[in-house]
Amino acid sequence: MRLRKVAFYAVAILFAVWTILPIVLIALAALTPRQELYSWPRQFVPSTISLESFQFFVNSHGVLASTGRSVIVAVATVLIALLVGAPAGYALARFRFRGKEAFRIGILLTRMFPTSLLAIPLAVLYLKTNIYDTILGLAFMHAALAMPFVVLITSSLFLKVPYDLEEAAMTLGCSRIGAFARVSLPIALPSLVAAGIYTFVLSWNEVFASAVLTVHNRTLPAHIISTLNVSPLNFKFAGGFFMIIPALIFIFIVRRYLLSMWGVAINK
Amino acid sequence: MPLLRKIPLPVLLLSPTLVFLTLFFLIPLIQVSGLAFQSQDSVFTLANFERMVRDIYFDSALRNTVVLLILIIPVQLVLAFGAALIVNQRFRGSTFFLYIYAIPLGISDLAAGLIWLSIFTERGYLNSLMHNLGVLERPLIFLSSLTPKWMIAAIVLTEVWRATPLVMVILLSGLQMIAKDYIEAADTFGCSWWQKVRYVILPLLKPSIQSALIMRTMLAFQMFGPILVLAGRQLPVFASESYYWYTTVRNPRVAAAYALMLMALSLVATWIYLVVLRTREEQVGVM
Amino acid sequence: MADVRLEQVTRRFGSVVAVNNVDLHIKDKEFMVFLGPSGCGKTTTLRSIAGLEKIDQGRIFLGERDVTELPPGQRGIGMVFQSYALFPHMTIADNIGFGLKIKKVPASVMAERVNRVAQLLYLDNLLHRYPGQLSGGQRQRVAVARALVIEPAVLLMDEPLSNLDALLRLQMRAELKKLHHAINATTIYVTHDQVEALSLGDRIAVMKDGQIVQCDVPMEIYDKPANVFVGSFIGNPPMNFIRGEIMRENGQLLIKGRGFSITPSTRFTPILQGRSEIILGIRPENFRVQFHEPTDTTNAVRASVEVVELLGNIRLLTIDLSGSILKVSVEPHTAVNPGENVWLTWNEDKLCFYDSETEWAITPSRVSA
Ligand SMILES: Nc1ncnc2c1ncn2[C@@H]1O[C@H](COP(=O)(O)OP(=O)(O)OP(=O)(O)O)[C@@H](O)[C@H]1O
Ligand SMILES: [Mg+2]
Repeated sequence: MRLRKVAFYAVAILFAVWTILPIVLIALAALTPRQELYSWPRQFVPSTISLESFQFFVNSHGVLASTGRSVIVAVATVLIALLVGAPAGYALARFRFRGKEAFRIGILLTRMFPTSLLAIPLAVLYLKTNIYDTILGLAFMHAALAMPFVVLITSSLFLKVPYDLEEAAMTLGCSRIGAFARVSLPIALPSLVAAGIYTFVLSWNEVFASAVLTVHNRTLPAHIISTLNVSPLNFKFAGGFFMIIPALIFIFIVRRYLLSMWGVAINK
Repeated sequence: MPLLRKIPLPVLLLSPTLVFLTLFFLIPLIQVSGLAFQSQDSVFTLANFERMVRDIYFDSALRNTVVLLILIIPVQLVLAFGAALIVNQRFRGSTFFLYIYAIPLGISDLAAGLIWLSIFTERGYLNSLMHNLGVLERPLIFLSSLTPKWMIAAIVLTEVWRATPLVMVILLSGLQMIAKDYIEAADTFGCSWWQKVRYVILPLLKPSIQSALIMRTMLAFQMFGPILVLAGRQLPVFASESYYWYTTVRNPRVAAAYALMLMALSLVATWIYLVVLRTREEQVGVM
Repeated sequence: MADVRLEQVTRRFGSVVAVNNVDLHIKDKEFMVFLGPSGCGKTTTLRSIAGLEKIDQGRIFLGERDVTELPPGQRGIGMVFQSYALFPHMTIADNIGFGLKIKKVPASVMAERVNRVAQLLYLDNLLHRYPGQLSGGQRQRVAVARALVIEPAVLLMDEPLSNLDALLRLQMRAELKKLHHAINATTIYVTHDQVEALSLGDRIAVMKDGQIVQCDVPMEIYDKPANVFVGSFIGNPPMNFIRGEIMRENGQLLIKGRGFSITPSTRFTPILQGRSEIILGIRPENFRVQFHEPTDTTNAVRASVEVVELLGNIRLLTIDLSGSILKVSVEPHTAVNPGENVWLTWNEDKLCFYDSETEWAITPSRVSA
């Protein structure tokens, strides 16, 4: 019995190490002096912690600007996706109407399309309509990718807030909108924020569409991808570590909602 | 406002999404076929597909796309199931482990590629480790067209590392929907741990496994960052070819053809999963 | 004045007619109970009065006002939900005060009114807690308090006790009754528990398939069920129904059924005349059981006891009358054994007569009409 417990913990810890170790390694690589990165034999732990690579990365041409664009695109994506998708999610949760199942299935289906299938024709369309290579154009694309997630997640959020509560508010004098704003919204807000953060990360991380839809106004992943062949190793490592920092923070913030978000978004 | 009031509320709430999806989903989808099946002057043609198939990269792209999938998915499924079972045990600290395991969820495939580049590059951690163990004197080169197996291994490891948490989270939320009663019922028959997994948990988890597989396969077909970082065009796949044709060759028509191929592959895989892992309506749990 | 009037109210869900052309007048300060089996439309009727359900046809009046088109908040109603619907993100005080806050009542007045209602419902030391920290009974009282504090002219309650355990239910039932007298609001109360209905209601509206089958004071509903449905829905065990043919022998009307033949007194002639068949309704406690052949056997029926059950305050006999099963209740101390043969007689005043086809009660007035 005891042995089994030890074995169990050993496996659990092993898997944790497997998950964590690569992140530690890239952090170390990002903090290793440039000289040591190219030396042989190469040590695991750098002799000194050096911000050299980071400074080099941040000061490289286009990095700061593309980081700024990444943030703006991600924020715009969150706003568009929530403003457009959340009402639909709410409707799915609250109303019975004809074609509801069809709508839900349609939403599920949109998740089935590869990004390239949307990004390439959108690029061609954007070129014709002058929104090619703009922040807004990319945000729309990212919002389209996030839309099924946002609609389904908000619908399941509001399903968890019993409609009774809104009705009770209405019998106490609230209008329909008032009941939503005073009762359902505050209750659902933390999970809504979590969904928003998730959408942010989705946009922040997106590579393909960003690389295809932008030329001069690149986001950070697009910038890194397009300069891959000409970048030195320390740029790549610092860049890799730089990109995962916000993602790590956000995942930490929404950790409590991970299961409920993915559970409903995937398992229906 | 009076006009707004006339429109039923559900319609009002749904229409933004409908308009949005029409603009940014439906129209591009129609457009993509237009791109792939038409020549410059809008005449129906298969020339784009011909060009795609004739291209020297096509055969290896097809092979690599499928091989990577076959290598990644099963490993991922087993690992994710194991991790989900561990976290589902609800021991002290199980949520801590869940959060740890879930970390790669927030990491992009590009960043994951860069992470594993630091391991597999010539002066990387793998060579360093082997040197410290005394296994080798001079660094090996893993990521070159001379060592395609190593390249594939690196990509598979990257993808397994990055995307296993996604499968785990899906399976875990499925596991948590399985009523405890079923498992306790199995206990009353004296089932061993393995028997419980084999005869109770896995069958009940089938719908979750199915959605996880569909989701994962679709995303694996699109994997792109690690390929570009770790192999470049030495290991072409459909997604990266689509990218090259659009950005480097500047031919959106062949790029669209590749995108359609990708879609076709996804559909075939989804169909296979749907058929192989069919759950009959009456077998769905009632609790 | 807050009487409630429904005029030809209809509410459909697709092909289901949840409320079917209901006419009802609930008097000011009356305690009206909607009673009926699951799915008969009680909740939908109540929600229509609240304004939570848009009705397809008809009009609803509260007092003089036609409220058919008004949103719930402007109707002057208070509602207690079956699930209580307490706002989980607000304290008890905020929950109770919510309606006042919406109506922009000044904070000091609000606090005072919240306190008063809280005292009335023994909630005064729970005000700072959250709903999640209360027991079922306490939550129920908060739900009532929240509906009452806005001083509604009409208080609506949808199975407010159904989530409580049996003992608490009994206690809350008495408290609700007391409360009704204290607050002077017209009250409409939905339940499918007949005991609750009989004990609380000034009047009971028995519903079936979206229609009101009978609306009357509890005693009348119990003693004179308007049809076979009401008789079998109310009463535990339900009313016995026995089919019989009507014959004329020697100028006398006889009712003959399987294993019995009785001669009803002449005052029933107007009811029986001109019919060939009838359904007799009789409550289990209105039988008399005798163990010896009575001297006058004209209206005594011989039958055998099948099952004897002690239910505490009564002893319930299942009696086989040549194939039809009767439920008969007797004193708990009566010594009776299964297999015994007994003679049944009954209290003729309590006898009910139903049309054999429509299953509706036959009353002399109905006959003459
Ligand atoms: N929103 C709805 N959509 C469709 N049908 C409904 C809806 N609400 C109620 N119904 C149907 O209307 C009928 C009456 O329902 P209602 O809830 O009023 O019954 P009830 O008497 O309150 O039953 P219960 O005692 O079970 O609460 C039922 O057949 C029900 O299925
Ligand atoms: Mg009901």
